[in-house]
Amino acid sequence: MRLHIDWTACDGRGLCAELLPELLTEDDWGYPVPREGVPEPPVPRGLESAARKAVDRCPALALRLVKE
Amino acid sequence: MTGVAAAAAVQRRVLAGNRDGRLDSHLARHGRLPALDAGEVIDLARDAGLTGRGGAGFPMWRKLAAVAEAGRPAVVIANAAEGEPASGKDKALLSYQPNLILDGLQLAARATGARAAHLYGPAASFAALRCLLAGRRDAVPVRLHAAPDAFVSGEESAVVAAVSGRGAVPADKLIRITRAGVGGAPTLVQNVETLAHLALIARHGVGWFRAAGSPDEPGTFLATVSGAVAAPGVVEAGYGVPLGELLAAAGGPAGELAAILVGGYHGGWVPADPALPVSRAGLAPFGASPGAGVVVALPVGSCGLAETARIAGYLAGESAGQCGPCVNGLPRLAETLADLTGAPDLRGVPEPAGLPGMARVAARRSRPELVAEVERLAGLVAGRGACRHPDGTVRLVRSALRTFEAEVAAHLAGHCLATEARR
Amino acid sequence: MTEVLWYSGRGSGVVTLVLLSVVVALGIGARSGRTAIGLPRFAVSLLHRNAALLAVVFVVGHVLALYFDPYAQLRYYDLVFPFAGDYRPLWQGLGTLGLDLLAAIVVTSLLRHRIGVRAWRVVHWLAYLCWPLALLHGLGTGSDRGAWWLWAVSSACAAAVVAAVAWRLTPRFHGFPRRAVRRVRPVLKGAR
Repeated sequence: MRLHIDWTACDGRGLCAELLPELLTEDDWGYPVPREGVPEPPVPRGLESAARKAVDRCPALALRLVKE
Repeated sequence: MTGVAAAAAVQRRVLAGNRDGRLDSHLARHGRLPALDAGEVIDLARDAGLTGRGGAGFPMWRKLAAVAEAGRPAVVIANAAEGEPASGKDKALLSYQPNLILDGLQLAARATGARAAHLYGPAASFAALRCLLAGRRDAVPVRLHAAPDAFVSGEESAVVAAVSGRGAVPADKLIRITRAGVGGAPTLVQNVETLAHLALIARHGVGWFRAAGSPDEPGTFLATVSGAVAAPGVVEAGYGVPLGELLAAAGGPAGELAAILVGGYHGGWVPADPALPVSRAGLAPFGASPGAGVVVALPVGSCGLAETARIAGYLAGESAGQCGPCVNGLPRLAETLADLTGAPDLRGVPEPAGLPGMARVAARRSRPELVAEVERLAGLVAGRGACRHPDGTVRLVRSALRTFEAEVAAHLAGHCLATEARR
Repeated sequence: MTEVLWYSGRGSGVVTLVLLSVVVALGIGARSGRTAIGLPRFAVSLLHRNAALLAVVFVVGHVLALYFDPYAQLRYYDLVFPFAGDYRPLWQGLGTLGLDLLAAIVVTSLLRHRIGVRAWRVVHWLAYLCWPLALLHGLGTGSDRGAWWLWAVSSACAAAVVAAVAWRLTPRFHGFPRRAVRRVRPVLKGAR
């Protein structure tokens, strides 16, 4: 499972970084930055439900979970 | 001249012949396009090792196969939108050899089972193209679409969006355009030069194509040579051509050169070594690649750092405006680079959100922390956007910090090597 | 029995108004991107959603109680078609209209991942129409019209919503770092 960010939709609302602090942090302007430095960070098993919540809550619908 | 040197030399293949763009001259020189089936076209592309000439250098046969395999009627698009200011090869090709491009487009349509073909490029070329298309008897009719004069308008998904009737802005890459592009159909977007090469390979064969270039990077490519050269223009050569020969074909350097920009504004700076082979292999150690064949010669009196800051400012202004990290990060990166250069003139650099007026002026002097800040911002924006605009900009900036290391040190100490060299 | 239904109908109506006012205020809070009294942004977002779903429960109770109460004289189609009722048709109609809008907003929100951001957002803006309809409906219809406590509750709700909307219109409403507006360059838009 990987977390895909649609940058054309992302408005830097910051809910995802709150729900997935292990995977994401925020940049200078409030947009999510994958901690691992890869565009689509892998989502470990334990974080899957938090990731689904983040995908659901994103106000801009900018997140998607994609299979490997 | 040895066989290897000849293979990599400046030579005319795509640019050979009459170049008046007329159908009769084209047929007289090249003959009719052979009738090939889909599999044959893909095999030709694969065996010839033809890679994209639009900058990414992706193997053409893979794209053809991906679109063909989708199993649904496809769409093919010839991309002549040359957003790169320092590149003129696509415009030249559209003017000199439009028939080769259109032949290649028909071959691509055959290979992918496409029922619709489009050409996306500068509107100025359309009058001549319409006349030409009326005279040709193409199996798949070609529609023309005007491309806006902007840097990102030639990006693959931007091309698809524009042809689909929307704005020419890059799209999210969740679904590859080879699976679903224009109208949901599997779509092939190919640079016009790549299509022109395909048209010649269909006539002359794989062996002929591979006789130029190198075994790993076969064929010729078009280079737009500009900057401090006597006769800037479009030159054709085999991959692996020494940098000096490319410059010589453009009239030779107009004086001593400090460095060369290869691959365009998303490329990299390399030392002005005339023996440096222009190929992926030859340029990789410098973090550069041939890209879309842009070569800009920087004379010794020009400051590479200042030039890079100027280009970074231009690229920041060329952001499509969709993605937060790009819209915010690139102007900040350009401004920090300008501060590092100590350049007081930031005309053209878009105002980044952040520092209020006075603090901005005070921060203008060159400080050692700025190098680390440039690197931090570079790492922050790369990979975070719908397209590779931030990544390309970062690549250019990083190569500048490497190639112009001495100049950076001089600017931090308050002087400029290039300015001093001029005296 | 009808007395029970009548009281339940009125009571649930008032609760719905209060909840809807909370929902609007929370929605504006969620839009601001700010954390609220220790609550992270996603919690504000969830609270907004849950309050809305709770409001739906109460409005359904309100409508059902009144449907089964003969005094209200509701036919089944009065529940969705506004202004066709026999009892105070105008004021009741406002409520029906409000219910229709609420249904549209809630359904599109539950299905927003399927319909996309634009369609969802357009319908969601109707919330600013839905709430005043609920308020006016409460003030105009019902046997408590004119009652002091209804005026008090309605005023409090109105004050909360007006304050939230006023806040929404202030320049530093957003709690995000200063950043450039994402806007597609005009030259790229006119690609024809």
